[in-house]
Amino acid sequence: MARGEPGGSGLRRYLLTRLALAPLFLLTLLTAVFVLVRVMPGDPVVASLGGRATPDRIERAQQALGLDDPILVQYGRYLLDVLRGDLGDPLTDPRSVTQIVADRFPATVELTVFALIVAITLGVLVGAFAARRRDTVFDVGGRLLGIVVYAAPVFWTGILAQLLFANRLGILPTGNRLSARIVADAPTGFYLLDGIITLNGELFVDALEHLILPGVTLGLLIGGVFIRMVRVNMLQTLRSDYVESARARGISERRVLFQHAFRNALIPIITIMGLQAALLLGGAILTETTFSWPGLGSALVDFVNARDYAALQGIVTFFALVVFAISLLIDILNGVVDPRVRY
Amino acid sequence: MATGTHTSEPSPASDDVTDAPAERGSGLRARWLHAMQPWRAANRMARGFVITGMIISLLFLAMAIFADSIAPYEQDQYRIQTGVDEDGEPEYGDEQVPRREAPSAAHPFGTTSARFDVLSRVIHGARIAIAVIVVSTVIAMGVGVPLGLFSGYHGGRVDRVLVFLMDALYAFPPLVLAIIIAAVLAQYMSPGVPTAATAVGATYIPQYFRVIRNHTLSVKEETFVEAARSLGASPRTVIGRYVFFNVVQSVPVIFTLNAADGVLTLAALGFLGLGIDYPAAEWGLDVSRAITDVVSGFWWTALFPGLAITLLVVGLTLVGEGLNDIVNPLLRTHAFEGSVDKENA
Repeated sequence: MARGEPGGSGLRRYLLTRLALAPLFLLTLLTAVFVLVRVMPGDPVVASLGGRATPDRIERAQQALGLDDPILVQYGRYLLDVLRGDLGDPLTDPRSVTQIVADRFPATVELTVFALIVAITLGVLVGAFAARRRDTVFDVGGRLLGIVVYAAPVFWTGILAQLLFANRLGILPTGNRLSARIVADAPTGFYLLDGIITLNGELFVDALEHLILPGVTLGLLIGGVFIRMVRVNMLQTLRSDYVESARARGISERRVLFQHAFRNALIPIITIMGLQAALLLGGAILTETTFSWPGLGSALVDFVNARDYAALQGIVTFFALVVFAISLLIDILNGVVDPRVRY
Repeated sequence: MATGTHTSEPSPASDDVTDAPAERGSGLRARWLHAMQPWRAANRMARGFVITGMIISLLFLAMAIFADSIAPYEQDQYRIQTGVDEDGEPEYGDEQVPRREAPSAAHPFGTTSARFDVLSRVIHGARIAIAVIVVSTVIAMGVGVPLGLFSGYHGGRVDRVLVFLMDALYAFPPLVLAIIIAAVLAQYMSPGVPTAATAVGATYIPQYFRVIRNHTLSVKEETFVEAARSLGASPRTVIGRYVFFNVVQSVPVIFTLNAADGVLTLAALGFLGLGIDYPAAEWGLDVSRAITDVVSGFWWTALFPGLAITLLVVGLTLVGEGLNDIVNPLLRTHAFEGSVDKENA
């Protein structure tokens, strides 16, 4: 700092602090998951197998899960397992949770990334336009659009979209990620990507068609939040001194808007995207359930309905890891992009 | 003061400000005028948002309170009522409510496959939604506000630990938290408003905590708090009498925005079959049961409950957004006018 090196050392210090705090944050997240899922309920085995199993079988299952150990031992084992990439074994599924995650996560990523693109496009266009025409009819309209789009529950818009586009008009497919006729050679599990890699046009088009309805539905939800945020950020930037001085120098309003204000207004969007990751994951659970999209969210719901708390804990742990990774990524990105964050 | 431009607004405080000092005697009135000052300074859009949102929200509140008298049918009534017996209990004949009937004069929103009247279920659904909002807010505030006050005022290690824990919970998808809590509670309690409200309320504790804690941090450095402390007031008195009343101002904004989120979380839980059990009239639950109808082309069972969710959330959000505009001076239109030359100082 004292060496007067504005970029390098400040950034390094910032990143080091963030990275040093990261394990602590992860530990807190994992502990919260453990406490919520493990300590509060009575017994996962009884809940899952219930009246269907003999006491003998229940006892064996409990021993297999280590549920007869002291709770602190269980906690320690849980942390070690997670560190080794072992998310546990479901009671109602022969596969391990890690295997299930590997199978299903690409579907969730494909859905959320598509939704994010829809949301950013919508949010930036409408939000910037509303801010530009502040306090006019367009501003009110843009804000109302943002509010309504956020307020409509995803599962409801999803069902109505299916009714309209799939059942009535019949122009888009619904349910699942691919038509049954497509036999996919899918090296990555991301079907759009696979379609490009393997030069399989039919796979790409079919995957895209299946993605449109759930993707847009989820994108609208997040887009509502983006409209609000972009608008507020634009308003604050448009009023800042450097924008004033650009105007004073006689630069055209259009250039002021797009070259001076816009880029700075978008910096906080990175932070917002990080915060919206949580909303996105929650929305993905509902969207996947509505559209029978075989992702992690629908897997979570299936396991909850089966009262399989061992699987629930594993999948929620994975969600915690995702939340952790995203927040770390956003912190780093923010530090790199926005010098003010580093202080 | 730019009050002259908004005279058309039906605000109780829109009379001229200058007569406030003359009536200093009535302290309440002066206080009211002072409290309403941001409202008068706010622009028309913000006030329009608050008023429209209030009307929508109050409409739903009225629906919730008077559901029994407004709704033409019970929420789970499938037979036509023929009369009332001597105890005032309804009597039913053999005639049933038609199944899956399209909207008509007798059933403006149609009927479901279980012969329930959709309009009546939408009206009764308001009762469950409002009940869950109230109970979950009590839970979230009851835990979040005291913790935030304590953490912000005392600082130190406890504060750091609490902030860290709350940040972790805040980063977590609220819906996932609500799902876990609802699933866990399902082992102890039968589904109903308390279960759903606990699941919804727990997810909003971190937000109350954060806002209250940060606000407390800044308020406790104010001179009047310093003065109270130096006069020997105990921490309890300082927090309870001086800090608390300054900090609670931020609660209404969080409340309206959280309540909107809460309605959505409740509907999501209902849609996933958690928290509330059929045949209770919960909007999300009704939408999920309408999926099979939609596939066979019956749109009305899904449309109206979802519309109710959307409308209530829009109403609450309008209030929250409007209040936010009014309370947050950075967004006020009038605030910056004429201050361009502040650099010359």
